[in-house]
Amino acid sequence: MSTTLLLILCLNGLQYGMLLFLISAGLTLVFGVMGFINLAHGVQYMVGAYLLFAFTGLTGNFMLSVLLSLLCALAFGLLLEFFVFRHLYTRSHLDQVLATFGIIIFLNELAKVVFGPTTLSIALPEFLAGSIQLTEQLKYPIYRLVTIGVGLLVAIGLFITVSYTRIGMLIRAGATTPEMVSALGVNIQRLFMIVFGVGAMLAGFAGVIAAPIYAVEPGMGDNMLIVAFVVIIIGGIGSVGGAFIAALLVGLIDTLGRSLATEILSFVFNPSFANQIGPALASMLIYVLMAAILIFRPRGLLPAKGVA
Amino acid sequence: MDRSLILGLLIFLTLLAMPFALPLIGQGYLTGLIIKAMLLAIAAISLDLLIGHGGLVSLGHAAFVALGAYAAAIALQSGIENILVLLLITLALTGFVALITGSLALRTTGVYFLMITLAFGQMAYFTLTSLAAYGGDDGLTLWSLATLFGSNVVQKGNGLYFIVLGTLLASWWFVNRMSQSRFGRVLRAARDNPERTEVMGYSVTRYRLVAYVIAAMIAGVSGLLVMQHAEFVSPALAAWQRSGDLIVVVVLGGLATRNGAILGAFFLVIVEELLGSFIHEWRLIYGPLLVFMVLFAKGGLSDLLTSKRRGNQVA
Repeated sequence: MSTTLLLILCLNGLQYGMLLFLISAGLTLVFGVMGFINLAHGVQYMVGAYLLFAFTGLTGNFMLSVLLSLLCALAFGLLLEFFVFRHLYTRSHLDQVLATFGIIIFLNELAKVVFGPTTLSIALPEFLAGSIQLTEQLKYPIYRLVTIGVGLLVAIGLFITVSYTRIGMLIRAGATTPEMVSALGVNIQRLFMIVFGVGAMLAGFAGVIAAPIYAVEPGMGDNMLIVAFVVIIIGGIGSVGGAFIAALLVGLIDTLGRSLATEILSFVFNPSFANQIGPALASMLIYVLMAAILIFRPRGLLPAKGVA
Repeated sequence: MDRSLILGLLIFLTLLAMPFALPLIGQGYLTGLIIKAMLLAIAAISLDLLIGHGGLVSLGHAAFVALGAYAAAIALQSGIENILVLLLITLALTGFVALITGSLALRTTGVYFLMITLAFGQMAYFTLTSLAAYGGDDGLTLWSLATLFGSNVVQKGNGLYFIVLGTLLASWWFVNRMSQSRFGRVLRAARDNPERTEVMGYSVTRYRLVAYVIAAMIAGVSGLLVMQHAEFVSPALAAWQRSGDLIVVVVLGGLATRNGAILGAFFLVIVEELLGSFIHEWRLIYGPLLVFMVLFAKGGLSDLLTSKRRGNQVA
């Protein structure tokens, strides 16, 4: 185990964590402010990735495609809100789970029909494709560093918006006592729509960023959705700061666990046994973490005040 | 007599007649499909005990189906062939796992319960993928099946059909009896107002834990039969989407209703088969159908079939 390898793993973990944060931020706000369980948040991520694929094919310009994909992801989120989700806010959580499950099934199948069941890949433009010399032995892909940077920028932007602007104040107030905010004359319907649209756009953005690194395929959002739920539970529902910390934590633990679990286990057990259970144990780590947090700190690490 | 009871009897009489009626019209192959629906219904009945009566939305229930299937499959591989012994092993294992995970999970409520059951479900899933000796990711094909004291009546055809039907009837009857008993009333009281129930002197957590363990054991039995029917087990049985399917079945059928889970299961299997025979991409229709059912048919299928409205809402 060299320091270089450890550094690479940490950077990969950070990059994965940033991606998780982009997805979780919208999920935790929608959940916290509206009390709405949106299982379809994962397919927004998939939609983002496919949009980028479609637009790069059409325009050939990467940056322009990113911009267009973001706008379409936003519009798509608003459409879903208008036609389906708006009617579910007052319904039971079970109804919400069911309806959004239906949307997952539909969009996954639609992606399969339109783009085929195979895995697609997107080429990076030249200025993002290379690697950069970090230390003497360590070269790291520029694009992954850019991902980390962009994630940080979004996190800072969101933090400032939620903490210091009027709309952020309304969002926090809405998460605590929606009835009171509504009684004070705020158009809560519009507030919900904005939060929802931005959340959908961020998930789409995560998909856009992920598309050139990971495989673009139908159902790619399903697993991300589950991990995003793990993140917002660990961070505390409704808390953007909590989501940030939890996303990085989950990203690092998952990445390090996958690479190191087998090695660590082979110190204690015989190698063949370690090889057998190492990968499974690594995949399990984040769920164990979530279960432990739920048992010992049921409201998450940084709970938003007043969220039930 | 209660309309839902008549409906229930009708369902079971129809199911009883099917193996004799279907070959007459040349559709004998359909019994396989009915077995599939009945197996889904058994698991759904047990989940309805949790969601409908207990108000505990679990997103990890499929894990118990998978555990039951694997417990039976592994015991079978190590030479235990009697289905009754396998049943005991399955019940013991799923009950034991449910007792542990349940007592941890029930420290939370609402959405947090949903998430912690999801976490346990995922742990089960990854544990099963790591069983390299039993197929790991790819699952395990069984070359021999369970027998009833050496006889193979419980393996194929009508024998298996009636075993599954009998199990369905037993779980339907058992869960209905339970939900009408004092136990069921306490469970529903705890769903509607846990504080008041606690103050009245009932240990809410203990009642819920009992329901959780029983639901898990019934799901385990369905797992045992899934193994016997498919002659194959794989970790995919424990995937979270399977738990999602079970929730769909329970909610579509109607929560805490006598026949809801059975109706929901048959609806799902029939829709899948019917739509699938028209177009290959049947999910394009099934997905929006779910959304419309939620938006417009609130009480589930059993409400549409029995006119009496029941106000069972889960928060």
